[in-house]
Amino acid sequence: MDIKAYIALSLTLFTIGIIGVLVRRNAIIIFMCVELMLNAVNLLLVGFSKMHALSPIAKASLTYASDAQIFVFFIMVVAAAEVSVGLAIIVMMYRNVHTVDVNFLNRLKN
Amino acid sequence: MNITTLVFILLSVLAVGSAIMMITSKSPVNSVLWLIVVFFTISGHYILLNAQFLAIVNIIVYAGAIMVLFLFVVMLMNLNKETEPVKNYRLQLIGIVAGGALLLLIISAIMKIDAQQLVQMKVGDEGLIKSLGMNLFKNYVLPFEISSVLFLSAIIGAVVIGKKD
Repeated sequence: MDIKAYIALSLTLFTIGIIGVLVRRNAIIIFMCVELMLNAVNLLLVGFSKMHALSPIAKASLTYASDAQIFVFFIMVVAAAEVSVGLAIIVMMYRNVHTVDVNFLNRLKN
Repeated sequence: MNITTLVFILLSVLAVGSAIMMITSKSPVNSVLWLIVVFFTISGHYILLNAQFLAIVNIIVYAGAIMVLFLFVVMLMNLNKETEPVKNYRLQLIGIVAGGALLLLIISAIMKIDAQQLVQMKVGDEGLIKSLGMNLFKNYVLPFEISSVLFLSAIIGAVVIGKKD
């Protein structure tokens, strides 16, 4: 499989995430679109890791071919921590303003 | 067309279709369920690339923990009905056009490249638990330990933010 197929696929998923963030108003769905973008990046990193494993540089150099997958693992760790704090913020916001519509969140301005 | 290409195309179509269903469905519960489908297809891609550890971790962490947390929050807020009151179609159109322009630009730039870089499919041992664990605990011990501090601060932060005052 060509690497271009993986780039196109993860770019499509990333763009769908961007469109979701721009279009939707619900804060929870915006948050889920961020998760989708993180997953698209993870898929691309794993694809590049397997591309590196096939190249002759991988055997000669000191870097491991599994470095990118370690990076994906840390992205998952950070995403889990981010989700717990972000959902706590959304729940607190719902308790205060009784909505999750991001249009009502412009009160910080004034 | 061999079976690997067929599975790749099937998983890709399923992933993109579920992602589109996720951002277009009205109910947040349906969105969460479609996002779980996307995560399972991405795990299928990891298995196709022989990244077995990441496939399992993706299912356990994302589909098992994070999305259940999302479902809990959606059901706690009782958002099951339609909860998007105002619709600004002009802004939606602008968002879709901006995203589509980005997609078209980068894909056309990629397709101009003539060199073909192949990806190793179905074989290779760098995605197995043994090599990943050796690498993680040899070269990446310090980030691993720091991530535990990150988790501790996330727990404390979630409790402090979420408690009633």
